[in-house]
Amino acid sequence: MTDAPIARHTGLHTTAGARAKLAARYRSEAIFKGFGIGALLVAGLFLAVFLSTIVREGFPAFFQNYLALEIDLRQDEIDPQNTRDPKVIGAADFDAVVRTALQAQYPGVTERLERRAISNVISSGSGVLVRREVLANPGWIGSKRVVHVPVDDLIDLYVKGYMTAVQRTKGTSELEVSGLRGPVELSSSANSFSGIVDAIKVQILGRLQKARAEVAGRQRVVAQLETGLPGLMTTLSDAPEGASRVEAERRVSEQTKTLETARSEIAALNATIENFERRLRAAGQREALDRDLSSYFVRINGGVIKLTNVSASGAQGVVLVPPQTAAAAAPGSWELVRHVTPESSRRLPDREIIYAESLIERGLVTQSLSREFFLGGASREPELAGVGVAVLGSLITLVITLGLSFPIGVAAAIYLEEFAPKNWITEIIEVNINNLAAVPSIIFGLLGLAVFLNVFELPRSAPLVGGLVLALMTLPIIIIASRAAIRAVPPSIKEAALGVGASHQQAVFHHVLPLAMPGILTGTILGMAHALGETAPLLMVGMVAFVVDYPRSFSDAATLLPVQIFMWADFPEMAFQQKTAAAIIVLLVFLIVMNLAAILLRRRFERRW
Amino acid sequence: MNIMPQVALDAAATQISMPTKPSAVTARGVNVYYSDKHAIKDLSVDIPARSVTAFIGPSGCGKSTFLRCINRMNDTIPICRVTGEIKLDQRDIYDKSLDVVQLRAQVGMVFQKPNPFPKSIFDNVSYGPKIHGLTSSKAELADLVEQSLRRASLWEEVKDRLEASGTGLSGGQQQRLCIARAIAVSPEVILMDEPCSALDPIATAKIEELIDELRQNYTIIIVTHSMQQAARVSQKTAFFHLGTLVEEGDTKTIFTSPRDKRTQDYITGRFG
Repeated sequence: MTDAPIARHTGLHTTAGARAKLAARYRSEAIFKGFGIGALLVAGLFLAVFLSTIVREGFPAFFQNYLALEIDLRQDEIDPQNTRDPKVIGAADFDAVVRTALQAQYPGVTERLERRAISNVISSGSGVLVRREVLANPGWIGSKRVVHVPVDDLIDLYVKGYMTAVQRTKGTSELEVSGLRGPVELSSSANSFSGIVDAIKVQILGRLQKARAEVAGRQRVVAQLETGLPGLMTTLSDAPEGASRVEAERRVSEQTKTLETARSEIAALNATIENFERRLRAAGQREALDRDLSSYFVRINGGVIKLTNVSASGAQGVVLVPPQTAAAAAPGSWELVRHVTPESSRRLPDREIIYAESLIERGLVTQSLSREFFLGGASREPELAGVGVAVLGSLITLVITLGLSFPIGVAAAIYLEEFAPKNWITEIIEVNINNLAAVPSIIFGLLGLAVFLNVFELPRSAPLVGGLVLALMTLPIIIIASRAAIRAVPPSIKEAALGVGASHQQAVFHHVLPLAMPGILTGTILGMAHALGETAPLLMVGMVAFVVDYPRSFSDAATLLPVQIFMWADFPEMAFQQKTAAAIIVLLVFLIVMNLAAILLRRRFERRW
Repeated sequence: MNIMPQVALDAAATQISMPTKPSAVTARGVNVYYSDKHAIKDLSVDIPARSVTAFIGPSGCGKSTFLRCINRMNDTIPICRVTGEIKLDQRDIYDKSLDVVQLRAQVGMVFQKPNPFPKSIFDNVSYGPKIHGLTSSKAELADLVEQSLRRASLWEEVKDRLEASGTGLSGGQQQRLCIARAIAVSPEVILMDEPCSALDPIATAKIEELIDELRQNYTIIIVTHSMQQAARVSQKTAFFHLGTLVEEGDTKTIFTSPRDKRTQDYITGRFG
């Protein structure tokens, strides 16, 4: 607002009342504007939070760590007769081949438990992946090949930094290790481990306080029972023979028993407290590390030792990776490693982290775009699960939906808008179409279940049925949008066509429909975007299937992107949580692309008349 | 079915050649109702061929309604009902056996607001001939489009941009384009419903000039609110009032010595 009009207006508003009114008007306009801007800001903030959360959560799941594993594809193990027959190759035990190749990375490790931990480092589906590669390249048999196999989802999360923080400190003293295998003793020339002892003491202190609080609670119970018991005894002695006496007896014995239990518990807790107090007072004593504390490791002479008991200057540990020598390590040549998150609060055991670290140090683990995520299907293994199958399922379902709802919807709109007589029947049809657009989508799913599955006995989980249901759902949307678009074409265009002798049908199809098309297409694309994001009706027709393979026809089992998201959201694994977010990003990208297409169409074909 | 297959054939054969015998329109006892509103009351009029007839009268007097009866544009309004007899070239246009599409090809119409199709100038003019199959080759069609545009005095202005959108022209050009579009299907009668009401005086002058030229070959009926325009372009004038035809006659007579008081009041600006 410039000054000039205000100045002119002040001439108009001469009375005090009029000026007050004017001020009130300006104020209310300013408030209205403020509310509008405020609402926009809040909406923008929420959108930003939503998008940034989704992207932060989901983006890492687009990538996967792969282990470059050198695999010896021995002729005698895979195809002994050299048949090159896919059946023979397919039947070979590739899991064993992969396992052998992986064990070869850890020459010193022989224990069964350790070997199992090693095989947990890579995805359990690696054998299947290698088989697929070999089937595609039979020439590989008989040679050594480097195959990139995905690491296990927990290892993947560890590498991405989600499992635990890792702190490394160089040793400042000389450290000696007593052996190369099993439990070993570590002795330092200085108090290298006093920090760990302190941490353990803090833990003990916490437990001590907790135990004391428990004792106090128990003592309150005891006191309460002790004061109540004499009264109960009197009741018992006064009680007459019969039911009430039996009841009183029962109560007395019950309370006595509770009292005894509480007392013995107090005694046990007191013993623990004493133990804790003694350990806190003592100095230089060995203290045990347990799973509720951070894990500590010593890397010495190329080996890794997990600490189990520590004192300030020495420690006891278990060898995870054997050191090359037992010689004393000079200051700075050994390392104290801490896995900050306690082992009990993560699903990945220390042992597997150490084995994975050894591969990472050798540069064998590399991160790249996840093939499995973009091309894969459903899997119980997060590192193998992907959206590819669901995306294809969504696409072929949408093909059916579009193929049905677009022609039917547009035809219905043209008929209702241009040709149908205006009477009560068409009126009822119109009202019903408008109402159908507001019907909850799950109702359409129920309809599909009742009609398409039960009556027509179409296959469950098929894109055909999903497409039919979604077509039913989008039909009213398309009809309404198309009618609005047709109605928006100025009648003068139709009159002009009629005026030069076009028939009604010619006028509609040559002039009205082409002009309405951008609007119709916009409505259709938005309807399709709506269908693309729909989950509920598909659940009803059995599209919550666990689909591993790409559907090959309209009646094959398939799943859809939102349904896949819905299923993943149910899985507890952290990797699946990230995949859920990543799949949501994929879905959002599709929706944004469709909406952009709608906008472009509108821009491109918008005509002035 | 066809009211005059003969004429359609002639038109196809001779393309843009002049209608050999422009028809007169005769109306007898026409009544038009919109639901229960009696819009035109017992109207009878003769419209001479190859001349310009102007319908004048205050707003809502029924002149546009009657105009739209002549090419049965009122059929598109469901609540509209027409009784009586309107004859074009001695044929009843409300005859059940008549194809209304053929009728509209014979009775062209130019609307109040220029309404070119949102297509190229060429497509605007060629649409009618195309759907009526008036030409047999592309060259013929191009020829027909050129002649129609020439006749509508638009050719010189648009000959270099026939592929440009018709909606990109100025208002007056758009209206001439609409006239060209109407001419292209070789009508005998051209109905003009206030063709200049949305135009500036210069464009109006051009259209009026054009109407005067077209008079040689077509029967033109024009509805106008401008008495000066009626006086300038028409040979015959009919004055409508409240759904009845009050007076009709030579334009000169109507404007100089009207017989009816209402006509006199209207043309002297006392009401309307």
